[in-house]
Amino acid sequence: MTPTPPAAKLRLATVWLAGCSGCHMSFLDLDEFLFDLAEKVDVVFSPVGTDVKIYPENVDIALVEGAVANVDNLELALQVRERTALVISFGDCAVTANVPGLRNLLDGGHDGAKAVLERGYLELADATGQLPFAPGIVPELLPKVLPLHEVIPVDLYLPGCPPSAERIREAITPLMAGERPVMEGPAMLRFG
Amino acid sequence: MAVVTLNVNGQDVAVPAGASLLEATRAAAADVPTLCHLDGLNPVSSCRLCLVEVEGSTKLLPACSTAAAEGMVVHTHTPRLREYRRMTVELFFAEGNHVCAVCVANTHCELQDMAVTVGMDHSRFPYQYPQRSVDASHPQFTLDHNRCILCTRCVRVCDEIEGAHVWDIGSRGGHCHIVAGLDEPWGQVQACTSCGKCVEVCPTGALFRNTDTTAEKQPDASLPALLRSARDQHRWHNQ
Repeated sequence: MTPTPPAAKLRLATVWLAGCSGCHMSFLDLDEFLFDLAEKVDVVFSPVGTDVKIYPENVDIALVEGAVANVDNLELALQVRERTALVISFGDCAVTANVPGLRNLLDGGHDGAKAVLERGYLELADATGQLPFAPGIVPELLPKVLPLHEVIPVDLYLPGCPPSAERIREAITPLMAGERPVMEGPAMLRFG
Repeated sequence: MAVVTLNVNGQDVAVPAGASLLEATRAAAADVPTLCHLDGLNPVSSCRLCLVEVEGSTKLLPACSTAAAEGMVVHTHTPRLREYRRMTVELFFAEGNHVCAVCVANTHCELQDMAVTVGMDHSRFPYQYPQRSVDASHPQFTLDHNRCILCTRCVRVCDEIEGAHVWDIGSRGGHCHIVAGLDEPWGQVQACTSCGKCVEVCPTGALFRNTDTTAEKQPDASLPALLRSARDQHRWHNQ
């Protein structure tokens, strides 16, 4: 009698856009739950779980941390949407643009990127200050930082700065069983 | 005492004549959300969160400033009201510059709590990033217009309880903002007694003590009710 083949594992990705990586640190705070998770998922793309540089095809679930602030973030966000069944806005930066979005207030709300670059590289520099310009190497900033759902359709929102490990666990555990988590109440929803 | 009886969510309740619909909904334990309302201050129905449906009325009515009337049939949590409340809170977040993570009122903010209450997991409205200022001219307190939701609790507590009337609303429409004195820097307004009541009742981090930093504001919004009952009825609820 042949043994039953193990059920196919879910393909999980975690993505780091314009954020501080605090949401990923909170993900790592799942501690021993990560062992349970590893039995149910293959981590196919993650700054803390793999060394894969190209976002793969046929991803089941992606936790996307961070706002969309530069052209690399934008390109990756579009790939994530194209290649992923369920996209999760992971943390306040992805959900609201949060702290990265504060630069949207500069330059009278017109071009916050220009304002932060000039401040950082010209106004505060010594006499040799110059704006960074390296096409194809240093990704250009977008004029405005956007929450993920203003760039691609998002399937689930997991707010918090960062979302606690408990909140992350409560959100992804039902997904492992093919169910949607109930995102209600202060334990699951609070910003900040 | 004259009493009116009305029906809230299928439950008959009796409240004193002159009571508001909000008091009637509380008598029915209906838990209608509010932001601008504060016990002890006169209602202004500016936040629109307490809108309820009253049978026979084609309009939604603000519970805080509508008198309970005999025979009213009130619904407080219909799908339409729930949806409007969530939209209202999303609009509050979208039309100001609210960044909970770095706010002085983080974990003690009524707007942050209200987002949870109405089930807001994100804003469906794009953030506006309005250009607003911060008035740090007062030696003890700061007013950050970025976090103001124009509930006017500060205006009312200063006028109705402290009697100083430092605050008002200036401008029109989307340009409305809180002004001190005759639109002066707060620190130059001689009428201000520096009592701090405006800071205590502010539901967000718009008004705060200079000594408080991120997540350190711990306001006491029960002050107006306490002072009013002490003055009017000589009863101190806190003793």
